[in-house]
Amino acid sequence: MTDLDCDAVVIGSGPGGATAAHVLAQAGWSVIVLEKGRNHLLELDAPFGPLGHFSNDELKFTRRHVLGPDPGLEPRSYRRTEADGDRLLVGEVNNLPSTVGGGGVHADGKLPRFREEDFRLRSALGPVEGADVVDWPIGYDDLEPHYTEAERLIGVAGETTNPFAAWRSGPYPMPPGADMYGATLSVPAAERLGLHPYRAPTGANTVPYDGRPACNNCGFCGFHGCPIEAKGDPVALLRAALRTGRCRIVPEALALGITRDATGRRATGVRYLDLSVGPSAGDPPVLELRSSHVVLAGGAFETPRLLLRDGTGNSSGQVGRNLMYHFQTLTVGAFPQRVWGASRGRAVTHLHDDHIIGDAAQRTAARAAGLPWLRGGIVEHGGAAGPVQEALIYGPGAHHGAAMRDSSLRDRLWVFTMQGEDLAQPGNRVDLDPSVRDAWGLPAGRVTWSPHRHELAASAHVGPLLEAVLREAGAEWTVTSTSPPVGEHDAGSPLGLAPASRHVIGTARMGDDPATSVVDPSQRLWDLDNVIITDSSVFPTSTGYGPTLTLVALAARAAHLLSG
Amino acid sequence: MAHWLDDDRYRTLAAALDDLIPGDGVSPGAGGAGGADYVDGLLGAFDVDPPRIWAGGPFSGRHGGNASYGNFLELGPWEAMAWRQRIAEWQEIYAAGLDSLGPDFADLDPVERAERLTGTGPDFRDLLFEHACEALYGDPVYGGNRECVAWQAIDFRGDSQPAGYTDAEVAFPHGTDRP
Repeated sequence: MTDLDCDAVVIGSGPGGATAAHVLAQAGWSVIVLEKGRNHLLELDAPFGPLGHFSNDELKFTRRHVLGPDPGLEPRSYRRTEADGDRLLVGEVNNLPSTVGGGGVHADGKLPRFREEDFRLRSALGPVEGADVVDWPIGYDDLEPHYTEAERLIGVAGETTNPFAAWRSGPYPMPPGADMYGATLSVPAAERLGLHPYRAPTGANTVPYDGRPACNNCGFCGFHGCPIEAKGDPVALLRAALRTGRCRIVPEALALGITRDATGRRATGVRYLDLSVGPSAGDPPVLELRSSHVVLAGGAFETPRLLLRDGTGNSSGQVGRNLMYHFQTLTVGAFPQRVWGASRGRAVTHLHDDHIIGDAAQRTAARAAGLPWLRGGIVEHGGAAGPVQEALIYGPGAHHGAAMRDSSLRDRLWVFTMQGEDLAQPGNRVDLDPSVRDAWGLPAGRVTWSPHRHELAASAHVGPLLEAVLREAGAEWTVTSTSPPVGEHDAGSPLGLAPASRHVIGTARMGDDPATSVVDPSQRLWDLDNVIITDSSVFPTSTGYGPTLTLVALAARAAHLLSG
Repeated sequence: MAHWLDDDRYRTLAAALDDLIPGDGVSPGAGGAGGADYVDGLLGAFDVDPPRIWAGGPFSGRHGGNASYGNFLELGPWEAMAWRQRIAEWQEIYAAGLDSLGPDFADLDPVERAERLTGTGPDFRDLLFEHACEALYGDPVYGGNRECVAWQAIDFRGDSQPAGYTDAEVAFPHGTDRP
């Protein structure tokens, strides 16, 4: 054992990898975290303070790829179905940040738990033709202690007023923050129309917590790193891991593959490219770490890409399959008065779950669509993008200055985003593009994805309800679109043809049967005894809730099971 | 002082930016607010080290804290390669577009300018408009939006750290506890 570099190599430093690193290091393991992106988050030597790179800068974060990946280096391709040929487009396809901290850096930190029913969807609601609806191999009760652990580690602010929420063993660590002004309009309107909005559980401090300050409502939350570390995910987890003295983070380290012993059943370590060495020196050096365990946490796009490239873990043929997003229904309303969009507050301060639960009208809509049931998703009550993004929409001309001052698409706009449940379909998948390569010659990941008619029917049912709420709240006009665009919105969508959702789910599903799943209920690869996956790849269903808190809870559970 | 543009191209660019997003007496035009400096800074980003791609942080100094946006961040070696390539492509598009507009462009009447702009082709015009929007409504550290003039016109504070907003400014920005 003396020739080992560490007990565990963790591939990926986002919320899932950070959680695994923290739990394993706390358990006394030595851990090395490989991150293919750069480090803008925190000093990697004690006392692990902030680097100060994050700021209220729309250009740096939304126009200039500071969090990576640069699409010029790491292109992805997308097609809806095989009928599109090898690909429909090459470029950015729901890119999550490639940087120390991963997707946690840019997320606005909405961290709801799933409900009991989400873990037994097949049993509770039954199958849907053309989709692969399954139960999870674990239940909510198995995960509840880890939800509590995750909320405490990240620091989640919330309240227990959601009437549909699952049971919980304790309160949130912090009370919720200030309501955004737009929500003071949309929440009462939603209640008048019979809905049940509640203050969103949010991983942004409302009081000083864990040595980090309270959020000061700067308005640069979604898609921006937090300049004051009020957002806990994932800086809190990574810093805690580093403080054990047993964890090291290596940025600019692109994992190539998992090395195996002669039996092929055990991983012996990880090979990676040292991207701190630039192109002027030729090809980057290939380095190797030897470890007794490997944790895969590259996210539901990069994890299957690595496994497929490596020829590992795929005896089931399921790696990359059942790719899910959230089918986004975007209903906007322009108000006669300023609502300040997202420019003050935490991007989204309220949610409602009613379209996950459903009612008689939703059941009728399901029958009309020839489906046994419909499930939507959480609806986020929030604001729109910043002024640069708005300016691009109006197009050139003499009208531009007046349009920006009138600001019907930002400052007077309030937005409902439904993160609609996306049913698993085996044909929706990540695989390797047959000819597009990244800057280092590796096959680009390719997405093949199109919605099931369930998603379309759910969106079509909920969109008009959301428009009615916004009109009740006082909106002068409302309009609904979807991402990805469908029907009349198919061309010219500002969000692009591929799903804009950054909730990337599935692709290495967890199950009880090695013939139909990639990892077992403890998230261990069926094919390699000492490798676990701790990202949203393992979700058997997408649910209608944001995935982050659940993937953190699962990562904590899997790491505890691994370390005993 | 210009980095990549010569004087003729600088004048032409400023005029073309103003044509795409003109000032209207309240909001500034993209050229007048420093748009040519924005584009020039981007096209010549690698003339300085670190390159002018990602401004520093965490605070501008306009709302407290030490001003640090001017401390541009280092790029990684592969990021630098990608940005050099991207900027080289933009330099080609700008050189061709500005030269086809001509050194006398800024002195022409609006009708003729519009005709010449139309004749430049979509690659140049689309890029110019994107950069006009970024210049006007992005942070002044990148050269445009001089003295926050475009933000002032839309009553947008821009960055607010480390002061941020009080809870009352978030929930009741109209200054009352009732909408």
